[in-house]
Amino acid sequence: MAFVTTTDLIPLIPELILLGAAFVVLLLDLFAPGSQRTTLAVTTIVGFVIALVAEIQLLDSGATGFYGTIVADGFSILFESLYLVIGILTVLLSLHYLDDHGIGFGEYYVLLITAVVGMMFMTSSLELLVIFIGLEIMSISSYILVGIRRRVPESNEAALKYLLLGAFSTGFLLYGISLLYGATGSIRIPEIVVALQEPGALNNPLAIIGVALIIIAMGFKVAVVPFHMWTPDVYSGAPTPVTAFLSAAAKAAGFAMFVRVLLTGIPLEAELWKDLFWAIAVLTMTVGNVMALMQNSVKRMLAYSSVAHAGYIMVAVVVGTPAALSSVIFYSCAYAVMGTGAFGILTVRHFGKTPDSYDDLAGYARYKPCLAFLMSVFMLSLIGLPLTGGFIGKLQIFQAALEEGWVWLTVIGLLNSALSVYYYLRVVVCLYMREGSVPDGAVLEVAESPGFALTGLVGAASVVVYLGVFPQTLLELAASSVSTLF
Amino acid sequence: MTITNDYLPILILILVGIGLAGMFTIIGLVVGPKLRTREKAAPFESGFLGKGMEGYRYDVKFFMTALVFLVFDVEIVFLYPWTVQIRELGWFGFVASMVFISVLVIGLAYDWKKGALEWE
Repeated sequence: MAFVTTTDLIPLIPELILLGAAFVVLLLDLFAPGSQRTTLAVTTIVGFVIALVAEIQLLDSGATGFYGTIVADGFSILFESLYLVIGILTVLLSLHYLDDHGIGFGEYYVLLITAVVGMMFMTSSLELLVIFIGLEIMSISSYILVGIRRRVPESNEAALKYLLLGAFSTGFLLYGISLLYGATGSIRIPEIVVALQEPGALNNPLAIIGVALIIIAMGFKVAVVPFHMWTPDVYSGAPTPVTAFLSAAAKAAGFAMFVRVLLTGIPLEAELWKDLFWAIAVLTMTVGNVMALMQNSVKRMLAYSSVAHAGYIMVAVVVGTPAALSSVIFYSCAYAVMGTGAFGILTVRHFGKTPDSYDDLAGYARYKPCLAFLMSVFMLSLIGLPLTGGFIGKLQIFQAALEEGWVWLTVIGLLNSALSVYYYLRVVVCLYMREGSVPDGAVLEVAESPGFALTGLVGAASVVVYLGVFPQTLLELAASSVSTLF
Repeated sequence: MTITNDYLPILILILVGIGLAGMFTIIGLVVGPKLRTREKAAPFESGFLGKGMEGYRYDVKFFMTALVFLVFDVEIVFLYPWTVQIRELGWFGFVASMVFISVLVIGLAYDWKKGALEWE
């Protein structure tokens, strides 16, 4: 008898396609060195697109494999599609950046693909150990991506910090899983749920410590206060397209895991956990926004602002109703796109250098009107102004919170949003109201707005506006995918 | 609370392990010759000096070799059970193993092409 058959592979088709693409890119780079970098990028994008098509085919198939370990439900398909889209965007944003900074490794694209594969395993698995392995595939790929500018000390520092703290948090996750296994006798989420629903099971110290350790590990991954310390250094040291990728896709994957493991897997209705999440949400929003306020580097500001946005998502996590969970999904998608876009603008050289501080953004409106406009769209969306995806996302989250009577949490969240207006608008002010002077010796190249990146950025901005004007499609998808979780 | 019989062997194993390790350490301390030179007294970590090593460039070829070894090592771990069960697993198992091996071959080709197999 066969223990595993080919039908088990059906929910894994997108992952397998991507792995195939990774090998193709690796071999292309290996046996055709010096071939056009563009070839590798295009091959990578083609891989992502085929996987995306496969993902869409799997929708409503309800395919499961390996005794229910891997599922292709609405939730996983929605998130996996998000990772793929972010992957495509990242490739589009990488091409010119890699050229500018002399990062000529074909492995860059391979690692990008494997990171996405890891995320997909994290999201589509119902078994804690497979989730853990997916997390490791993602993490190890991203450690290398962060440090891929190997001659740059900041990049090395970022990679080392990410590696050490990532490994540390992984340890927490494993200890948590093992304690939870000790308490429930299973590492499969459906069985854990059943075991924990027995009377008194949640008061078992093993279960409590296990869940606490898992919360800590996930806190590290999605960078919520007080586990956010690595974020600014890693995000500012990493190559900017990688930062965009991490802040969007890796964070979305973290929240997908959060929802899958903690919110549907482990009953957290107890006051104990609610209070804990409440404190984490408030701290994350506040610390993220206040620290972002004080930054002079735009990249660091965006890094702290990504912490703040994790805080808004945590508000929905606190509320925990299906409506709130679907707002987690919507906000993850919206933030992923606008965050990638905002970081993406910073990959494009301006006056011969990659912009870093606010002052570097001066003169955009005059010399790069298109990029200035796109950046403004992303900033307005990050603030959460109407007609953007960010607005609908915040509306969903705070609406869900108010429906459940979390008034103070909503008030604190809105105050934080108001705080964020200052530093986001500061970017727009620098773009439009400061005259940039061309530095001596800098050559104004017309080709400083590279085609690939521009395509990606225009695409991202269109998605942001689309989500703001016609949010219904994604909202319905999110709601239906949450219903598949329970 | 009594220790069930299932766990007794593990407890014995742990005790024996601690005992052996402790015994060897003590024997080494008592019997071993003591030559306290400056070099020996210096703290070190895995063969590297504890200080004065910042920016020191060490050869990566040992690590390369270790990584290549890993490729083959992992291969063996999975291939032995497959060869034992090859008839029961049939064509599905064969194809699965071939996929597995071809992935490793790509890894080997990568090592080769990147020069990880060159010692000098």
